[in-house]
Amino acid sequence: MTALGHVLEHRAATYRRTFWASAFTSFLSPVLFLTAMGLGLGGYVDRGGSAALGGLTYLQFLAPGLLAATVMQSAAFEATFPIIGGLNWQRTFHAMYATPLSPRDIALGNLAWIAIRMAMISTVFTAVIVVLGAAHSPLVILGIPVAVLTGMSFAAPIAAYNGTQRTPIRFNVIFRFGITPLFLFSGTFFPIESLPAPFQALAWLSPLWHGVDLTRGLVLGTFVDRPLVMAIHVVVLVAIVVVATWAATITIGRRLIRG
Amino acid sequence: MTIPTLPLRVAPPLLFGSRRSLRLIERNLYVYRHTWLVIVSGFFEPLFYLLSIGFGLGRLVGTVPGPGGADIPYALFVAPALLASSSMNGAITEATLNFFFKLRYQKTFDAILSTPLSAADIAVGEMGWGLIRGALYTIGFLVVMVVLGLAATPLLALTLPAALLISFGFGAVGMACTSFMRSWQDFDLIQLVILPMFLFSGTFYPLDAYPEQIRLLVELTPLYQGVDLLRSLAVGVVGLDDVFHALYLAAMGIIGLLVVSRRLDKLLLK
Repeated sequence: MTALGHVLEHRAATYRRTFWASAFTSFLSPVLFLTAMGLGLGGYVDRGGSAALGGLTYLQFLAPGLLAATVMQSAAFEATFPIIGGLNWQRTFHAMYATPLSPRDIALGNLAWIAIRMAMISTVFTAVIVVLGAAHSPLVILGIPVAVLTGMSFAAPIAAYNGTQRTPIRFNVIFRFGITPLFLFSGTFFPIESLPAPFQALAWLSPLWHGVDLTRGLVLGTFVDRPLVMAIHVVVLVAIVVVATWAATITIGRRLIRG
Repeated sequence: MTIPTLPLRVAPPLLFGSRRSLRLIERNLYVYRHTWLVIVSGFFEPLFYLLSIGFGLGRLVGTVPGPGGADIPYALFVAPALLASSSMNGAITEATLNFFFKLRYQKTFDAILSTPLSAADIAVGEMGWGLIRGALYTIGFLVVMVVLGLAATPLLALTLPAALLISFGFGAVGMACTSFMRSWQDFDLIQLVILPMFLFSGTFYPLDAYPEQIRLLVELTPLYQGVDLLRSLAVGVVGLDDVFHALYLAAMGIIGLLVVSRRLDKLLLK
């Protein structure tokens, strides 16, 4: 555990130096997104009545989904450049490996750091949801751990994959054909019931949809109506995180040991 | 609407350099032959946005007031705006991150200047390459619009040169800004301008949502010129303000290119 703490300390020390540079993308841009889509466009959505959104205003509908989706995007990013950089460019992971830290500590410590970053982002975003009046119940606070869980269900597999990569060349493809379509079609901006039937079934394969639906249930307090579905969401997300974290310790460890 | 091709066909010999800039385009073609997937993937991003926001969310929105005040379906409202902002984004990525990498790290331009090409040839050549790429994406997006039944008027064809004008304006100003950048961190400043513009320049909803003062402010932003120009053409309600939009974007491009070729002269030759 203390070994993991040393990795966290390293990441926190470097993060402090670039805090302001990343503050915009981490904190401000999701808020701008929420304002433009939730308030600006939301005004036009709400004119048509709220039946399709289950009686919610568009801002109330969008806010929890956007929380999960924002954390997903940041998590995917954090699991790419810092991991590839640590293994191949700055080689900080190799430097760590030259100390009593084990490859497992290094992999887990870096994933834990991503989780902390995601917790920071979701806390700020949740505060904004409350300020804008888009929260329905005090359970909104549970949106934070669920968003972090959603984020990690992306960060862990992507980190595991990047443990096998030497350049970020596939990064473009992961983002354009993975992250962006999931961001747009996982029930964040509109209910998946609006999708053609075959695509609705596909949404079950999207970790983001599980995260969005769960976050929305908690933030709006509607999760009690569908306890079974909500439980499935939790199980799916936890399973992905556990398996992928294990995979990440293997791929990152292998790269450290074999060079 | 011959302005976007102007720098390539007319301006080089007169103003900015020579036809040698075509060699630079040829160079980029060779380089990108190996990473064609990156180029192809750029086409899908606006398409995904169109399907999700335009059609998925559009079903909840219904109609919104378009240019001229008549109600139009939301997909038709948002499609030209997505084309405008993706032209901006494409041009900015190429003109900032990629341009900076070639300028400061890969030293591509230092190598090019040891040939008969001049700094102005580089500025024009990079711009020409950006326009070719922009044209491919725009044609792809317009074909999708036609297939999805969003071709409301033959004027839609004119959005091709208009979108290139957006690439021209933003690309030139982007390169000009990049020539002043010191480190990668400075690019956050560019995002600080680009993202709010993307979200608030009438891209996703009409400007009536704003109070009067904010509306006037938004109408002065460069992206609004592009969004309103493309939307007018796509809906088929064209007015004098569209001439202003076109001139605004062309001025951005010409001033930007002049600044870039001077800065490159200074950075690389002294």
